[in-house]
Amino acid sequence: MSTDTSTLSREQLAEKVAADIAPGSYVNLGIGQPTKVSDFLDPEQGVTLHTENGMLGMGPQAHGEDIDEDLINAGKIPVTETFGTSYFHHADSFAMMRGGHLDVCVLGAFQVSAAGDLANWSTGAPDAIPAVGGAMDLAIGAKDVFVMMSLFAKDGSPKIVPTLTYPATGLGCVTRVYSDHGVFLLSSDEEGAPVVTLREAYGLTPEEIAERLDVEVVDGTGSAV
Amino acid sequence: MTTIAENAAEAVSSVTDGSTILMGGFGNAGQPMELIDALLECGATDLTVVNNNAGQGDAGLALLIRERRVRRIICSFPRQSDSWHFDEAYRAGEIELELVPQGNLAERLRAAGAGIGAFFTPTGYGTELAEGKETREIDGRNYVLEHPLRGDVALIKALKADTVGNLVYRKTARNFGPVMAAAASTTVVQVDELVEAGGIDPEHVVTPGIYVDTVTVLPDATGRSA
Repeated sequence: MSTDTSTLSREQLAEKVAADIAPGSYVNLGIGQPTKVSDFLDPEQGVTLHTENGMLGMGPQAHGEDIDEDLINAGKIPVTETFGTSYFHHADSFAMMRGGHLDVCVLGAFQVSAAGDLANWSTGAPDAIPAVGGAMDLAIGAKDVFVMMSLFAKDGSPKIVPTLTYPATGLGCVTRVYSDHGVFLLSSDEEGAPVVTLREAYGLTPEEIAERLDVEVVDGTGSAV
Repeated sequence: MTTIAENAAEAVSSVTDGSTILMGGFGNAGQPMELIDALLECGATDLTVVNNNAGQGDAGLALLIRERRVRRIICSFPRQSDSWHFDEAYRAGEIELELVPQGNLAERLRAAGAGIGAFFTPTGYGTELAEGKETREIDGRNYVLEHPLRGDVALIKALKADTVGNLVYRKTARNFGPVMAAAASTTVVQVDELVEAGGIDPEHVVTPGIYVDTVTVLPDATGRSA
């Protein structure tokens, strides 16, 4: 396992996610940090971007005269077409996700549990106005769900947790976590118990990371870190 | 049969107090602004509105909410940086909110238009939004039972209609239009352009005219190029 002395910047994290997306994949990038992944996708990869408001083959953000109010992404940002773009209505767009046709979805998160449960739609604050959008559909709508987040909250508490304390968006759906301190692969053993594998560590040693998490972490050989 | 309304006011005349309105649009893309303006003027109130959002800025659905004409909103994403009219009404307890995951919203509309009694979906399983709903494990996966969402009137926007109500849309402004057109008892469409029957290539029709009751031509006020 590689260990680096400094943490990954947001750009480096986006670059790492982009490099891990298989050539020819159909991919949905969530609003916020995941959007940055598109900056690092190599045209040679042949990745097709989906946006859940009804478009496949989404191009880069539109600027100036290219802005068209009828051509926006799920974050309501003006975007552009590519060669091969297609449009479809909302029920088709979500059927495309729910039906397992997307290869990868990249999302932000407040917390991820060892079993791959995702919390990213609500902090549970009693006075907040709730809004869910496509979060719950995206969580269960791709073969692989990658999460991009910082490993620790501002108060230092880990965001990979034994059990969610924030409201769930989806259960058992996250397959990888890309964090500033390392990349984690989430899987389960023969008995169905969750396995959290640390693939790469940054800024802290694997032992230091394992020490700060409340879940058991193994290395690539399956041995406890 | 599709009729052509002379103006927006005539087009929305089927809306009555207490109607459930399926309102097209994702953000402002595809939002039938002029039909909503006519709805404001006609005075209909106590409405239930189905839309992805709960209005942006000071236009369209946001104004309907500001005027307290919407009793209940069924949407996926009400809270936005410019949803101040909804925020105020919600915090004052003057609007009911049913929050629905976006894909469930779309599929519930589709089910209504397609005559489906209810459907099991994996979206939302194990979350607050599925609390109290029937669930079932099918082939090792867990699902939540969701019901169709029907409307009295759909107000949608398309790029072009022909005189028998066939529609084509423009880019991501298509969004909820096709599923809402099928899910309402009466579907009203504002278009930029009306052509004679045969003026749209049959292979290109997105919403067939059987779903469309009223068309009115309201060239886009923003003046964008097609």
